Amino acid sequence: MTSESDRASQFARPPLTWNSAGRDYAAMTVPAGWPAAVSPDAAWGNATGAGVRVCIVDSGVEDGHPRVGQVQASYAVEEDDDGNCTVAKVPAEDMSGHGTACASIVRSLAPDCEIHSVRVLGHGLSGSGEALLAGLKWAIEQRFDVVNLSLSTTRRKFVDNLRALTDDAYFGKTVLVASAHNLPIESFPWRFSSVISVGSHDTGDPGQFFYNPSPPVEFFAHGTDVEVGWLAGGIRRATGNSFATPHIAGYCALILSKHPDLTAFQVKNLLYLTAANVRGAQ
Amino acid sequence: MTDDLSPLSALSFAVLDAEEEHRTLLHSVVLVARAIFESEASSIFLLDSLTSELVFEAVAGNGEDFLVGSRFPASKGIAGWVLDSGQPLVIENVADDPRFARDVAESTKYVPSTLMATPVICDEEPIGVLEVLDPGPSQRSALTQLELLSLFGLQAAAALRLIQRSRAARSRLIMADGEFAELVEVVRMLEGLDGERRQAGLRLFGSMRTLLTS
Repeated sequence: MTSESDRASQFARPPLTWNSAGRDYAAMTVPAGWPAAVSPDAAWGNATGAGVRVCIVDSGVEDGHPRVGQVQASYAVEEDDDGNCTVAKVPAEDMSGHGTACASIVRSLAPDCEIHSVRVLGHGLSGSGEALLAGLKWAIEQRFDVVNLSLSTTRRKFVDNLRALTDDAYFGKTVLVASAHNLPIESFPWRFSSVISVGSHDTGDPGQFFYNPSPPVEFFAHGTDVEVGWLAGGIRRATGNSFATPHIAGYCALILSKHPDLTAFQVKNLLYLTAANVRGAQ
Repeated sequence: MTDDLSPLSALSFAVLDAEEEHRTLLHSVVLVARAIFESEASSIFLLDSLTSELVFEAVAGNGEDFLVGSRFPASKGIAGWVLDSGQPLVIENVADDPRFARDVAESTKYVPSTLMATPVICDEEPIGVLEVLDPGPSQRSALTQLELLSLFGLQAAAALRLIQRSRAARSRLIMADGEFAELVEVVRMLEGLDGERRQAGLRLFGSMRTLLTS
């Protein structure tokens, strides 16, 4: 089994390419293998999320919650007095219930996926953006298949670093699903094209998601009155883009479970082709 | 965000001494929020960054008589998450969580069933939280309720910012060993005068300026 430190040391940005001069075009053949008609069944039919590692970057996840089950591993960003952030293994716990809620939604769609947690909020973390950046960087270096980020930062000073990180995820085959802000204000990283950005729809149907023809929010998923796991094994109903996002993360886990070799670009494409308001390829 | 006010700004805020007016403005935000959402209560919290606590700054409805000024750790519960994440939420069945119910009941003597919370954001940073407890039945969807709540959050941000600046102005004057507080007092006295004494005071100021710039 590959350890976290092994994964981090193996992580390297792919070499840059400016053109195809000198390339062997035959070697560039991509085995797409998609069926002629792209349907939800072709995209994730009979998939359970098995073999897919999902990371919840949030307030922590309650291990053993009836709606979550086993949390494979729990980590947290720790801040020293000088504001330097490191990531350390911690006991699984959730300070607010929000991370558990997100994990419970992913689990409801992808029952056999692995759930991992990186806590970037609570326990004295300022929520200032540094912790978010450190936790996200760590998750991308671990090459998780799917990262659920129902968070964003409004601070512009983090934009360049966040953009570089999300590009690393995109080219490194980590599907980063990021929640749009619920308020009409600028925040990041959901505004970046390298992530899959999610807002809420209010149809009440958890099995339905829409492609937004007027992005930057690219998809709308079930985000109103969502039944979610909360603290102490509890259940609540919650509304917000935070809860729409893990629905899409769950579908990504299903897609990657069925088609493990897909890139972030291809996963986004499959989501587009199977959105309730697209389905044109069927 | 900075409250590093110049002496002139600090003097202006201190002379204005508008904390009461700002509090009235803040209270009006929760009054209107409570009325629009037909809720049991609405509150605004301000983050005390020195102690990492959320402080009740304005309350309408349940707890109005005794909650203002009370505080709780900013890292706890739904308000804490909203503050940290900068995201609004609507959470139902809140009272089903025994831990939440006990904590809240101890501090506020009221346990809501539904809790709506939005961050109060100023200069890209959440500086507080606006909550609405147990909104009445509405034709609006929870999503449009969140949008409406966020508009109240904008109003609360403006009012909280004014209060923060007033307080920063006062502490700025205190930190300056009272040298500007004396000046504020003189200006206030001058405002209360009329006729010959006021004119004499203004002439004295004019003479001081000539002296200082010569």
